[in-house]
Amino acid sequence: MPAAAVEPSRRFREIRLTTGILARNPSALAGAVIIGAMLLTALLAGVLAPFDPIHISLADRLQPPSAAHLFGTDEMGRDILSRIMYGARISLRIGLLVVAVAGGLGTVIGAVSGYLGRWADGVIMRIMDVILSFPSLVLAMALAAALGPSLTNAIMAVAFVMIPKFARLVRGEALAVREKQFVAAARISGEGSLSIIRRHIIPNCLNSVIVLATLAMGETILIAASLSFIGLGAQPPSPEWGAMVSVGRKFIMDQWWYATFPGLFILITVIGFNILGDALRDVLDPRIRR
Amino acid sequence: MGILFYIVKRLLALVPVIIGVTLLVFIISHAIPGDPARMMAGQKASAQAVEHIRRSLGLDRPLPVQYVSYLGDLLRGHLGFSIRNQRPVIADLRDFFPATLELTLASMLLCVSVGLVLGIVSAIRRNRLSDHIIRIFSVVGVSTPVFWLGLMLLVLFYRNLGWLPGSGRIDISLSPPAHVTGLYVIDALLEGSWDKLRDVLAHLILPAFCLSSVYLAVITRIVRSSMIEVLGQDYVTTARANGLSEMRVVMKHAFKNSLIPTVTITGLSIGELLGGAVLTETIFAWPGMGKYVVDSIDFLDFPAIMGFTLLIALVYMLINLCVDVVYAFLNPQIRY
Amino acid sequence: MCWIPGYGGERYAPTRGKRDVTDTARRIPQDGTKSAAPLLRIRDLAVQFETRQGLARVLEGVNLDICRGEIAGLVGETGCGKSVLARSILRIIPQPPGRISQGRILLDGRDLLQLSAAQLRRVRGREISMIFQEPMTSLNPVFTVGNQMQEIVRLHQCMDRKEARAVCLDMLAQVNLPDAREILRKYPHELSGGMRQRVMIAMELSCHPRLLIADEPTTALDVTVQGQVLTILKTLAGRHQVSILLITHDMGVVAQLCDRVAVMYAGQIVEQAGVEHLFAHPAHPYTRGLIGAIPSLEGESALLQTIEGSVPPPTQVPPGCRFHPRCPHRFSPCSREVPPLEAIDSAHAVACHLFASRQGAQHGPAD
Repeated sequence: MPAAAVEPSRRFREIRLTTGILARNPSALAGAVIIGAMLLTALLAGVLAPFDPIHISLADRLQPPSAAHLFGTDEMGRDILSRIMYGARISLRIGLLVVAVAGGLGTVIGAVSGYLGRWADGVIMRIMDVILSFPSLVLAMALAAALGPSLTNAIMAVAFVMIPKFARLVRGEALAVREKQFVAAARISGEGSLSIIRRHIIPNCLNSVIVLATLAMGETILIAASLSFIGLGAQPPSPEWGAMVSVGRKFIMDQWWYATFPGLFILITVIGFNILGDALRDVLDPRIRR
Repeated sequence: MGILFYIVKRLLALVPVIIGVTLLVFIISHAIPGDPARMMAGQKASAQAVEHIRRSLGLDRPLPVQYVSYLGDLLRGHLGFSIRNQRPVIADLRDFFPATLELTLASMLLCVSVGLVLGIVSAIRRNRLSDHIIRIFSVVGVSTPVFWLGLMLLVLFYRNLGWLPGSGRIDISLSPPAHVTGLYVIDALLEGSWDKLRDVLAHLILPAFCLSSVYLAVITRIVRSSMIEVLGQDYVTTARANGLSEMRVVMKHAFKNSLIPTVTITGLSIGELLGGAVLTETIFAWPGMGKYVVDSIDFLDFPAIMGFTLLIALVYMLINLCVDVVYAFLNPQIRY
Repeated sequence: MCWIPGYGGERYAPTRGKRDVTDTARRIPQDGTKSAAPLLRIRDLAVQFETRQGLARVLEGVNLDICRGEIAGLVGETGCGKSVLARSILRIIPQPPGRISQGRILLDGRDLLQLSAAQLRRVRGREISMIFQEPMTSLNPVFTVGNQMQEIVRLHQCMDRKEARAVCLDMLAQVNLPDAREILRKYPHELSGGMRQRVMIAMELSCHPRLLIADEPTTALDVTVQGQVLTILKTLAGRHQVSILLITHDMGVVAQLCDRVAVMYAGQIVEQAGVEHLFAHPAHPYTRGLIGAIPSLEGESALLQTIEGSVPPPTQVPPGCRFHPRCPHRFSPCSREVPPLEAIDSAHAVACHLFASRQGAQHGPAD
């Protein structure tokens, strides 16, 4: 890490360097392509989707995959492919919202905790430990159940369980950055704690946060889909992938395509984030980078 | 004596976290918008009936008072009554616990044994074909939605191939083995009934495999990366320079060292396994706590959900305590 | 170095008893008649590493001989390829990215580079053993000292547990570790750095190897402990009649311990000679710089010479003599031709155009 806060031009050069390395890494490229394709699908669902995702046509119900309906139709005769395309919007929005909220809060909490140290650190980290004492899915489930089954509540629940993951990471980094000379210099020149955290600690933790955020996107999408599957997230008419699998489950013995394709898209999307995240870690993580 | 002291120390360190955990569960179940009394009474109950329930449950008292009495109940092993069947939640969970234990143990066994082998193979054949294949499998593994994988396994092995049963722990034509441990595999063994054992194992395969998928991938990745790191250490070079065979270098010198980080992260990711059990049990109609809690969600049976959540958190903490002990046992540099 | 005509590395076998540890009077042959063939001959060795920056030619055209019973020093700056040379002998460089692309390494006429994996394992630890720089990390942290020592003894000497234990206890006593029984039960982290390095010496000598490679054995130790460890190494080398290849960047250590020295620069041997001869008459400009960089106790030459510039990265070695960009005496052929390692004296060889026979001696560096 540089011996001063990261300046914008440096940061820019670093980004260019990083993307350069990533572009030569086949798995990073594959991950980026998958995510790019999903983003495009989500953005252009209105143009790309062959059918209206909510148009009910009982005459076409539960049709197997065919030229007209590539992934078949559901019990209301809706085109599954079109619903998956619109569902991409929901899944990606969940991922982005959760990671933005949890990543933002977690980073601030971790930076404050790591920088302040002493009792503040002790208290904050014990609270994080408590949250981490629950398996993520179980706690998210309990929270979502208490808040009431809805997509918004599921997002809040997942964000809540993701916060400590960011906080713990950033705290670790902040503890290291805190000892650096430029922080001491800033402190001596009278800069306040808040300003130091904002201008020195957080920018120096960003690399790790980016890596975790990418991986957390995948995890979030999985947890959110799991919640929808057990009936706590998006509610059925919604083309959320987990919810579609949940309904499709009732038809799994005879209409295999119903649950298969939405689940496949969860899988592919999460793979995209995971391999991109792994590649980013190889490049950005200072402990591995030479 | 050293190790005992260490365990006691770790247990004491857990006390504040346990208090925090109970507090969090209490907050979720009591202080979150939504009215437990209203829930219990049902949507159509009169305001008077709701008020009555509220008073009888002590829900009209200030929250701190409620928390203290909640803690008192917990200490007496009381988790409240299920809304669905009016039974004590703890009794329900006790009934469903062995099934969950059997499933998680079976898939842990699968994960650890297969994961160690795959991770080691992947590390020593680094960047060769077998490594690439294993890595692809593990990325797919961590990315797979457990509930979807379960459905796919059902379609393939139950519906299309007809090789394996698709739900429950034992065929309905057979009576469960006599209850000793509650783990059907062991109970069937104790009973000496091969038919039952075969049937019980057949029922266990799909759920255990499904549940292990995620966790297997996690273990494989950790074993691989820690093995690669350890294989680059000086003492491995020393061992090689002293003429030890590659097998011995890997299986003795590298293996024990790579177990240390593996054990730590393994303990932390057992949470995935416990969470995954909820989904797996639902898919395969496995009569464990996970299926119980998902059923409870349909009934908005809060005492059941919260009891389950608390119990799982405690189990998770207990497992991690065991992991710490194993860690201390493996790593001589730990001073108790 | 024995291959230099007229130079031999005969050593007088110690006549003292096995338990005697005062064998400090090792006699160093300054000159002599040609003796039996060297124990280890390295011929034209080249090692390459695949790196992101391209192919790194870490070693090229390395010739080196180690005679029976001698302590040969290999000196050079950090990153010049000393450790790679040492590890190439036992073939423990990581492959890939490393590759021994050329050459022969002959142990008693047997080419180690041609051995099968199984044959090689019988050489490692038994005929040639190695001590590393970091005593902190070269012992396995999760096994006791006894476990690790006995493993090696039993591997190479077909002993049962009890016999192996006796050997270990004896070796630990020989490296002056008190209470050897206790040490066998300890884990590496319970020992100090100096103790660990002595354990390493005991372990590596326990199978009576003919050659011990010591890669910076004292660099990571406290100054006070360094001397003790070196003394032990020297004493035991005499007692066990083992040759040592001592790798170091410390000319002081060389002067204290070695019979002869090879100087390495950027992956090539640039000069070799008997240790006293080298210190008295360094020939290669790089060696002169290295020796000039030792603070002298005599005091009058308080001005420390340093060598300008730094070692080129092995991916960008300069053409011709690899030292020429830093050489104060460079002249036209230096940037074009690689100077061969040639004898300029009965026990002294140097790879420098200044001394090349056809150039005559008129270019010799002025003092």
